[in-house]
Amino acid sequence: MIDAGTPAFPEAARTALADTQLRHNLGHATRTIRAKRAGVVAEMPDWEELREAGRALKERVLRHLDAHLTQLEGSVTRAGGTVHWARDAEECNRIVGDLIAAHGAAEVVKAKSLTTEETGLNEALAQRGIRAWETDLAQLIIQLSDDAPSHILVPAIHKNREQIRALFARTLEEAPADLSDDPRELAETARRHLRKLFLEARVGISGVNFAVADTGTVSVVESEGNGRMCTTLPEVLISVMGIEKVIPTWEDLEIYLQLLPRSSTAERMNPYTSLWTGVTDGDGPREFHLVLVDNGRTHVLADTIGRQALNCIRCSACLNVCPVYERTGGHAYGSTYPGPIGAILTPMLTGMTGAGSLPYASSLCGACYEVCPVKINIPEVLVHLRHEEVARSTSTRGVRGRIAPEHVAMRAMARVFANRRLYEAAQRAGRLTQWPLVRDGKIRRLPGPLGGWTAARDLPAVPPQSFRDWWRERRP
Amino acid sequence: MVDDVRLPGTTSPVRVALFITCFNDTMFPQTGRAVVTVLERLGVTVDFPLEQTCCGQMHFNTGYAEETIPLVRRFVRVFADAEVVVSPSASCVGMVRDYYARVAELSGDAGLRREVQTITPRVVELSELLIDRLGVEDVGAYFPRRVTYHPTCHSLRMLHVGDRPLRLLRAVRGIDVVTLPEAEQCCGFGGTFAIKNADTSIAMVSDKIRAILDTGAEVCVSADNSCLMHIGGALSRQRAGVRTMHLAEILAQTKEDSAS
Repeated sequence: MIDAGTPAFPEAARTALADTQLRHNLGHATRTIRAKRAGVVAEMPDWEELREAGRALKERVLRHLDAHLTQLEGSVTRAGGTVHWARDAEECNRIVGDLIAAHGAAEVVKAKSLTTEETGLNEALAQRGIRAWETDLAQLIIQLSDDAPSHILVPAIHKNREQIRALFARTLEEAPADLSDDPRELAETARRHLRKLFLEARVGISGVNFAVADTGTVSVVESEGNGRMCTTLPEVLISVMGIEKVIPTWEDLEIYLQLLPRSSTAERMNPYTSLWTGVTDGDGPREFHLVLVDNGRTHVLADTIGRQALNCIRCSACLNVCPVYERTGGHAYGSTYPGPIGAILTPMLTGMTGAGSLPYASSLCGACYEVCPVKINIPEVLVHLRHEEVARSTSTRGVRGRIAPEHVAMRAMARVFANRRLYEAAQRAGRLTQWPLVRDGKIRRLPGPLGGWTAARDLPAVPPQSFRDWWRERRP
Repeated sequence: MVDDVRLPGTTSPVRVALFITCFNDTMFPQTGRAVVTVLERLGVTVDFPLEQTCCGQMHFNTGYAEETIPLVRRFVRVFADAEVVVSPSASCVGMVRDYYARVAELSGDAGLRREVQTITPRVVELSELLIDRLGVEDVGAYFPRRVTYHPTCHSLRMLHVGDRPLRLLRAVRGIDVVTLPEAEQCCGFGGTFAIKNADTSIAMVSDKIRAILDTGAEVCVSADNSCLMHIGGALSRQRAGVRTMHLAEILAQTKEDSAS
């Protein structure tokens, strides 16, 4: 569930940075996947063309989103499915809860779904006495440990084998007494636990990677096959999708089914691509529901610079290359969507209040933009959202906002830079007033908020002659 | 001495306006002096319009869009007559190239939009000027030291300077250029990021420092003094015995300098 920015990113990051196990797990995992991704991308001669195609198509879809969605509704309905429209998280959870209740199910199996994570579906169902079992291995680990996902693709990236062994031994009755941390044994334990659930569940829930408007085909892309168990074994299938996941035609899948696996798991092709169209007699679920969720997406769409965030196909390449994410992990972002994409998507989906520190959780290094398979210019959107945050904090906080030290300093500096005489006077003032701080030509300790710099870094003293003074002296 | 360097497609001898940037002007004047030395050695006439101040990047990137508008107006006015504007800061050139159009749009001033459109292609970073416009790699420098090159994020991902700075460095006589491991990782500066998210920034620069020390280099070179101030600040705090130098400062060095 989105619980953005609480506590603010810098504080949450401080805690995460001190967690040596986390730093080790994440550093190792992201370095490995980064190198693998670079390898499988390099072997594609038309990668840049594919990225551009992926971006252009998303842009076109978003421009006519209403038309594509109503076409999708028609196609799904004709194929025997039922389409539901959910304005927000609450409505989505109610629709899903009602459908489950109508079938009298007390337990459901779930394929990995970020959208239901975003709406807080599991918690909402629990309140109605319905137990939702996560079946994606990493998501199961998160659920059993009552933790929150820290990565879009690998929700339990922050945990290592030993931590998982201890968890399974404690929570799963299928765990043998002598369970080791061998990945095969761990997977086997989870498999035995899940197999029973798959066979018993009458309702399955999934997310959606792509939904094809003209055929009504819905697709889930995954690595384990557990998602396919959820979408094929139960009598009733409920798929929850963000409205931006629609693509116009079957052929368009070609672009994304190439971009997604290479960007996310660094595979040429993902192990399981499930595609289904409505219901088919004697094969798969007898009832299919597709829930189309807005939950802030139309708000993002209204933002001409920010709307490119809706291009996102949830590959997580931006997380893996992000130097901030690599060190802080996902929890510091306090949102369903961590990393660079989360830093732009969350404030736009939920509003800036409580998420105002997220657009600043980046050094604007641009590594995310470089790898994004649908060319979301994340640095551009981050800066755009910073503008919104400054505008918000000065307008909503009244005088207190306007006299905040940063705002006062920024305005003063803008005035100085706008006037050559003031600028040169400020240079002189800097040289003359720095003496209490300077020792051996260096500043080792700065006061106030600037102290963050000198916590671990020296600062050179302002040298005695500016460049312009030298220039003037040289050419009188 | 190269006497007759010409810009492609022009007949007049090269004349460039130097945009030193407020940061270099105040904190790293030696970089500006080095740029002048190198360009004059190549026969280029350097102008320095004294009315210049700041490109506005800090304001823009920290969220102060309104405050950036007058600085963009100022920049296009100050450099209006310059055929080529060169700057020893990839980051500030990136600001002009990637974001000035956006600022002009925010201003709602069609005139400013036009002026920005005209000036943007004429603003280049030092290594771009040397290699693309002047067609030189060997600028006649001598620097008998082991150096490692940190490609700054904005030089790499905004300007796409590629290996231009490295080509210039490798052409320096006496130099030993060693490869920096994980060179393309951000040093953690990021402007106000280094202060707003000081802990994360420090975690990033720690890894950068470790990579630099692993090379055994004496000097870490870069195309941005902002990143170098960050890296250098951490090296200095750790008494690491490695110093930082701007690319221009190395290109300005000659046999006479190293003798003295």
